[in-house]
Amino acid sequence: MRDFYGVDLQTPMMLGTARYPSPAVMENAFRDSGASVATVSLRRERGAGQAFWDMVRGLGVNLLPNTAGCHSAREAITTAQMAREYFQTDWIKLEVIGNSDTLQPDPFGLVKAAEVLCADGFRVFPYTTEDQVLAARLVDAGCRVLMPWGAPIGSGMGLNNIHGLRTLRAAFPDVAMVIDAGLGLPSHAAQAMEMGFDAILLNTAVAEADDPATMARAFALATEAGALAATSGPMGMRDMAVPSTPLIGKAWL
Amino acid sequence: MVDVTIIGAGVGGLWAARSCLARGLRPRLVDRSGPPGPHTCSWWAGGMLAPECEGATAEPSVITHGRKAAALWGDVTTVSSRGTLVLAPERDRAELNRFAARATAHVACDDDAIAVLEPDLGARHKRGLFFAKEAHLDPRQALNDLVRSLAALGVVIEQAEITPDNVQGPVIDCRGLAAQGDLQGLRGVRGEMIVLHSDEIMLTRPIRLLHPRHPLYVVPRADGVFMLGATQIESAARGPMTARSALELLSAAYALDPRFAEAAIVEMGADLRPAFADNVPRVVQRGHVLHLNGLFRHGFLMAPALAEQAAAFLSTSKTGDLFLEN
Repeated sequence: MRDFYGVDLQTPMMLGTARYPSPAVMENAFRDSGASVATVSLRRERGAGQAFWDMVRGLGVNLLPNTAGCHSAREAITTAQMAREYFQTDWIKLEVIGNSDTLQPDPFGLVKAAEVLCADGFRVFPYTTEDQVLAARLVDAGCRVLMPWGAPIGSGMGLNNIHGLRTLRAAFPDVAMVIDAGLGLPSHAAQAMEMGFDAILLNTAVAEADDPATMARAFALATEAGALAATSGPMGMRDMAVPSTPLIGKAWL
Repeated sequence: MVDVTIIGAGVGGLWAARSCLARGLRPRLVDRSGPPGPHTCSWWAGGMLAPECEGATAEPSVITHGRKAAALWGDVTTVSSRGTLVLAPERDRAELNRFAARATAHVACDDDAIAVLEPDLGARHKRGLFFAKEAHLDPRQALNDLVRSLAALGVVIEQAEITPDNVQGPVIDCRGLAAQGDLQGLRGVRGEMIVLHSDEIMLTRPIRLLHPRHPLYVVPRADGVFMLGATQIESAARGPMTARSALELLSAAYALDPRFAEAAIVEMGADLRPAFADNVPRVVQRGHVLHLNGLFRHGFLMAPALAEQAAAFLSTSKTGDLFLEN
């Protein structure tokens, strides 16, 4: 399994910490899924007396602060620096949003911010599209993990561009990749893992389910199933039916 | 002769005093800042008595006890029992379907039905949900009415800073976040509100506008005043409303009715709601102290039930279902 800046994750599932009905429900979702990484947003949850952040720290998983809601490289860089200081980690999920309606990444701002942050010693997890050229620029900048989207954030549509994601996966065999954003169902997660991605990151699909803890567990099981499938050599597709028992010699009735 | 000391004169403490009196217990009511005002978390509340709408995300105890709140408040202050109207922009229909599936006691409305309920909104909004049994009140009016009704029964709010430790006899601690040191896991959840004035807009009941990013509620008050709210931020930062929150709330109000663009901004405010990890309001028993706390966004909905269970315990030693550990 590919590592994440030298860290081997216990499970290939990363979970966000926003939009749950309560922190207690969030804790249950983490417990029942065994998620190994929690993403936290510094922008909206800023402030003194951080009882909520203490709860997130208390989850006992790797923390991945993000720059959610940043619309420029400069904003993202400042947020990353604040996050490093506050959470005492050099991991940063880099989001530079290019369009406030679709929340798609701004590829130009993303590369710029990644260059600055990598040079500054950050371990950058860039939220990107499936674009291979952009991915190459991010790897050149020093990113050793990529987080291509499945679909727009919070849309629950699953993997929108299977071909593009497959091409991206094949193009960078040594780079750890996380499908980030847009997953709505456990089957989407299984599909991503079957395609050879190393982990999935989700938030809304769990937090807004009627029963978030059970949905989180469903995603964990699907992720595990997909990962097992990826390592056990899936059969290829064929045009012709192939019977599993030979027809010759069977009674002709 | 004092039977119980109540610390904190927000919505919880005032109701605790009222419930104790109803059970023949003489309360002493103390608050470090005196009668309710801008220092009180409940001063900034929306005043919606909306257990069904809250039930889309809240725990069952909030729904069952909340359903009785409007009748109890009716003995104290003016309660408008006109229901709640829930709307969503056309492109966010999915939000409305989801909300309908998660809540009960509502009927679906088309534009004609919306126009009958709120003539100003029917032309702009095509689909909604009407929660007929819900109600609302003016929180500041309600707090003042509670203070007056207590004064009539001889209970005045004493301004002093005391903690449960230096009090003899039973204590009901209603200090909210000030009791954080005694209640592990109690946290502040920031909320922000804007008060607008418009002579043009006529709304007679709370309106909730669903939106995947910027949900909004508008609660009408007397004389063309409207309260906008809904932000819920996991932050214990006090301090003024941020420009981002103001933009979000105001643009959502504009989407609800563009005439809000011409409304006057009367007030903006922010405060912290005390909440436990599961966001369920409760009574926590610690020796001679009953902590009535963690009211979260349900202060006006849950204070009557919490107060009654605290008072019942003091007179009968029986604990109710809202007695929980934190």
